[in-house]
Amino acid sequence: MQLTNRSKVVTKPEMTWMERMYLPAIFSGLSITIKHLFRKKATLRYPEVTREFAPVYRGMHVLKKDEQGRENCTACGLCAVSCPAEAITMDAAERKKGEEHLYREEKYADKYEINMLRCIYCGLCEEACPKDAIYLTDRIVPSDFTRGGFIFGKDMLGEKMDDRIDVSKRKKQYTS
Amino acid sequence: MSSQLIFFMLAALSIISALFVVFSRSPIYSVLWLIVCFFSIAGHYVVLNAQFLAIVHIIVYAGAIMVLMLFTVMLLNLNKETEPHKTNLIKFAAIITGGMLMLVLLAAMRSTELTTYVAPERMETGFVQNVGMKLFTDFMLPFEMTSVLFIAAMIGAVVLAKKEKH
Amino acid sequence: MSILMFKGILVLVLFLVSLGIAAYSTYAERKIAAFLQDRIGPDRAGPFGLLQPIADGVKMFLKEEIIPTVSDKLLFILGPSMFMLTALMTSAVIPWGKPLEFGGVTYNLQVADINIGILYIMGVVSLGVYGIMIGGWASNNKFALLGAVRASSQMISYELAMGMSVIAVLLMTNGSLSLNAIVESQGTGKLYGFINVSGINWNVFYQPAAFIIFLVCAFAECNRTPFDLPEADSELIGGFHTEYSSMKLGLYLFAEYINMFISSTVIACLFFGGYNFPGIEYASTVLPANVVSLISVAALFGKIFFFIFFFMWVRWTLPRFRYDQLMRLGWQMLMPIAIINVLITGAVIIFFGN
Repeated sequence: MQLTNRSKVVTKPEMTWMERMYLPAIFSGLSITIKHLFRKKATLRYPEVTREFAPVYRGMHVLKKDEQGRENCTACGLCAVSCPAEAITMDAAERKKGEEHLYREEKYADKYEINMLRCIYCGLCEEACPKDAIYLTDRIVPSDFTRGGFIFGKDMLGEKMDDRIDVSKRKKQYTS
Repeated sequence: MSSQLIFFMLAALSIISALFVVFSRSPIYSVLWLIVCFFSIAGHYVVLNAQFLAIVHIIVYAGAIMVLMLFTVMLLNLNKETEPHKTNLIKFAAIITGGMLMLVLLAAMRSTELTTYVAPERMETGFVQNVGMKLFTDFMLPFEMTSVLFIAAMIGAVVLAKKEKH
Repeated sequence: MSILMFKGILVLVLFLVSLGIAAYSTYAERKIAAFLQDRIGPDRAGPFGLLQPIADGVKMFLKEEIIPTVSDKLLFILGPSMFMLTALMTSAVIPWGKPLEFGGVTYNLQVADINIGILYIMGVVSLGVYGIMIGGWASNNKFALLGAVRASSQMISYELAMGMSVIAVLLMTNGSLSLNAIVESQGTGKLYGFINVSGINWNVFYQPAAFIIFLVCAFAECNRTPFDLPEADSELIGGFHTEYSSMKLGLYLFAEYINMFISSTVIACLFFGGYNFPGIEYASTVLPANVVSLISVAALFGKIFFFIFFFMWVRWTLPRFRYDQLMRLGWQMLMPIAIINVLITGAVIIFFGN
């Protein structure tokens, strides 16, 4: 029964004498492969050369600090709410006296964890953050042997002051 | 002198390997010893200055026929359990056939005059050109007869192969 | 220096060169495969990965040696040894270059100039299959046995066509079977009777059909793609060397590359003038004999390397044949064409002279 007009009858015609010689086909094949000998190679010598990431690449998160090394995060929980994979949990705490150099505002995240196995790297946490505290970077998440090792706390996510991460390309442009 | 020594070594090798062909338990080893035997016979040809014959012997017998035999033996997976039981009648027939062959050989040996081994002079009878010349002049008829025999064998093989279609 | 000593040195050099070329063929194979697939290939061991064969060799030696308990141990060891032996034996009759001269004595760059040289090569090559068969059978493994059986029937089938194509060449060299005579006959005379450049009177210009048949058969004899059915990684795992490990596997792989090297050499000698290069007669009048000799060796090796490259080029281009296609190609196409080629060559020689 013919359903559409697009169907094609598959035929397997008998090969002609010339085709059964295989030689013309072999030579055309050889000419194709020899052309590839002179093509540009696709391989990168990885540890020495790394592939350029797109500016919108979404990799491992970073918890940003400001210029004086104070954490931006105020533990408002918007990122956790916005997270479609429910990968983010946090415990808020109040800033004590003498901790002003550690936290920018009175409230901060005492515990901040992202389950990297649940995270789908959608970037919604970054969009939701009103304090420019969390960003997705071009760093690649390191591998591990256990599931527990993939729950990253502030030690893994927090920005190091001697190794600052440039997120200027991803910074939100507030136009209102 | 050294030629004689080589002859005796080759002769000993051919006899020993031929005995191993018969006495080996595994058919694969029999076939392999037979190849060794063929090589020693090819060595005899070389000693007799018949290089062409020697190499053709190796190509045809060791290189093709024994490969096919090894092929068959491997596929049949012959071992002791599957060896068919031989009746006394078959054994008796085998003894008679073997005895008759031995009789013929003994008669042939009696009629030939046994002389000591003489190293052949360096001559070119065994070379390709001379062998070809002989084959197509003096031995024309036997040569052509052999080829007819081969054709018959080939046709027989084709007929056997085609039979299963019916 | 006596002739015997020179021969001994030549044998040693040939042995080392064969092994060296086999080792670097593995490297070249990987590099060419990579280049044909737009990759880079091994480049970590040494500059451009040039030490890769050594690393591979060390790896092979240090791997665990496994002999299956149900295998026939003697034959299991004999198999790779025989394969290697036959592979190394073939280089004895090949003329590697013009004779060298030291102190008025000429030294032929050929181990043994026997008058049945080409038959010797065919004979030894036909013995090579025993290494595969014995090894495949002794492994006591179905895949290995299948590989061995495939190898044997493939070798026998293609040997016939190979021999027939060689006969057409032999008819043109006054029926001499010596490789030296075949190569020398291609160094003299004018191509087609009027192109007056010495050293390019190559058989390939007279016998293109025989050349193509010989080339195809050489692929089949070396178990190279598109005829690598005895190994056939995708269907037989490793074919006859499935059960092998360590250096015994290394011997199989090495011997295969040596076979490829020898096949390339024989193709160069039979059809591409061996050590002859264009203008060889002129060169021998103006240059000292030893220099000409070295150039001739270089010319031969240039041809060999081209054919080794061609082997690899084809490997990374063509898919594997099916077994019935292989048999049909061997028996129903190459054989008849080779026989017709012999008949035509004979008729032309009889009716038109040389």
